[in-house]
Amino acid sequence: MPEAFQYEFMQNALMAGLLASIACGIIGTLVVVNRIVFISGGIAHAAYGGVGLAIFLGISPILGALGFTVAVALVIAVISFQNKSRADTVIGVLWAVGMACGVILIDLSSGYNVQLMSYLFGSILAVPRLDLFMMAILNLIILGVIFFFNKDFLAMSYDDEYAGLMGVPVRRLYILLLLLVALCVVIIMRVVGLILVIAFFTISPYIAEKYSRSLKKMMALSISLNVLFTLVGLWLSFQFNLTSGAAIIMVAALFFFLSHIPRIRRKPPPVEP
Amino acid sequence: MTEPVVVVRDLWFSYGSQLVLRDVGLSIKRGEFLAVIGPNGGGKTTLIKLILGILKPDRGSIAVLGAPPGQASRDMGYVPQNTNIAPQMPITVMDVVLMGRLGHAGRSWRYSSRDRAAAEKALGRVGLLKFRNRSIQKLSGGQRQRVFIARALASEPEILFMDEPTASVDQEWQESIYDLLKELNETVTIVVVSHDVGVLSSHVKSVACVNQTLHFHDEAEITEEMLDKLYRCPVDLIAHGVPHRVLRDHEGES
Repeated sequence: MPEAFQYEFMQNALMAGLLASIACGIIGTLVVVNRIVFISGGIAHAAYGGVGLAIFLGISPILGALGFTVAVALVIAVISFQNKSRADTVIGVLWAVGMACGVILIDLSSGYNVQLMSYLFGSILAVPRLDLFMMAILNLIILGVIFFFNKDFLAMSYDDEYAGLMGVPVRRLYILLLLLVALCVVIIMRVVGLILVIAFFTISPYIAEKYSRSLKKMMALSISLNVLFTLVGLWLSFQFNLTSGAAIIMVAALFFFLSHIPRIRRKPPPVEP
Repeated sequence: MTEPVVVVRDLWFSYGSQLVLRDVGLSIKRGEFLAVIGPNGGGKTTLIKLILGILKPDRGSIAVLGAPPGQASRDMGYVPQNTNIAPQMPITVMDVVLMGRLGHAGRSWRYSSRDRAAAEKALGRVGLLKFRNRSIQKLSGGQRQRVFIARALASEPEILFMDEPTASVDQEWQESIYDLLKELNETVTIVVVSHDVGVLSSHVKSVACVNQTLHFHDEAEITEEMLDKLYRCPVDLIAHGVPHRVLRDHEGES
């Protein structure tokens, strides 16, 4: 394996994986504890409309996706405030409409469908330097925002009613969180692809939650797990010529199932340690 | 000591078509220890949430410390009825109690050492300082409720609202909590919601009975007529520490 990492594309892939792991470990943790997995799925899939629009207009897909996901995140935030009881339905519609837009816009552009697959399922082995640079900047934004509002995000995630009572601007913070989800989607689009984003968002935090007693530890552990999944998945992808995103998710899924085994075994006798 | 800290006028509230509060007026004096009693579903919790600004009234006005609800947040403490929120989320006891300092810490990116000291002092008062680095999931229901009391105390509030504060606390701690409240009441206005009239024992100074409408009584005495209106069943009542049975048995029973 080490010789593989001498290639520049491999180094770029590693860098992309690391950047995605950090962003997803942090945002994924907040997505899981705030139970906005479905909303994040909507934002991620609708992002494909942005990719299509960018290809149609001939601009950078990562920029197109960024603008589009941010807009979708804002729309979803407004909907989830105004029509709470049917928000999930509307998000489901946006989810599909975003993808349909992307497909049609790509149809209307020149005919190569390679792009389609790489944004849907990731192409970590073909991340250009410019995209890496963008990913790094988005990561810095996410880290900065979370660092600055850490106690507010913690309070909102645990008890939004009390946080609001104590003067935390819960609504604005919620919108901010959805915007960060949008940025994070753009970061990992290249690594695991838009369709598989949800698994990358949820699996590590889900496992990490069981072994953490604070949100900070849950984030740190999620990042570590993401790095592990990405490294192993990347190696599998390189060795066996597999699609990188799918390989990474399968590694994560393996750990997801393994994390359940000791629980199932321990459950029957009610013996407390 | 007699200026009102909370003034409620002509308050109406409904959930959809379900009328919950009708033409409610209430004035809470500084230094008050008010018990809000009434049957389940009578609107006690709703009234508290309106005063706190968590809910918005359909009609009427509320002033808290001279400001609209929600403006004086750092001077308010609140212990909600449900303490089993986000049960899977990893968070330490200290982090929960520190939430009570959010109003003081403002938009700063972290809590100050004063905030931490206040949180630790509040945890000490409910006897849980040694658990400060534990995950809150590992605590019992009663201990969790004490953590939430500590969170309210950490704000160093002028007014403390408690919704069924002893609901899941064990017997031994129930008394301690009311002793603690009595001690706090020397400096803090306290409003306690309870459907259990007896447990309020000798500490309260006045009583508000809520069952869609509100009846205020400026002493810890509850008249038979009043309870008759509120409840359809007999209640054992202890006023001023003297236990006595106030109400006759169920109508139609003998």
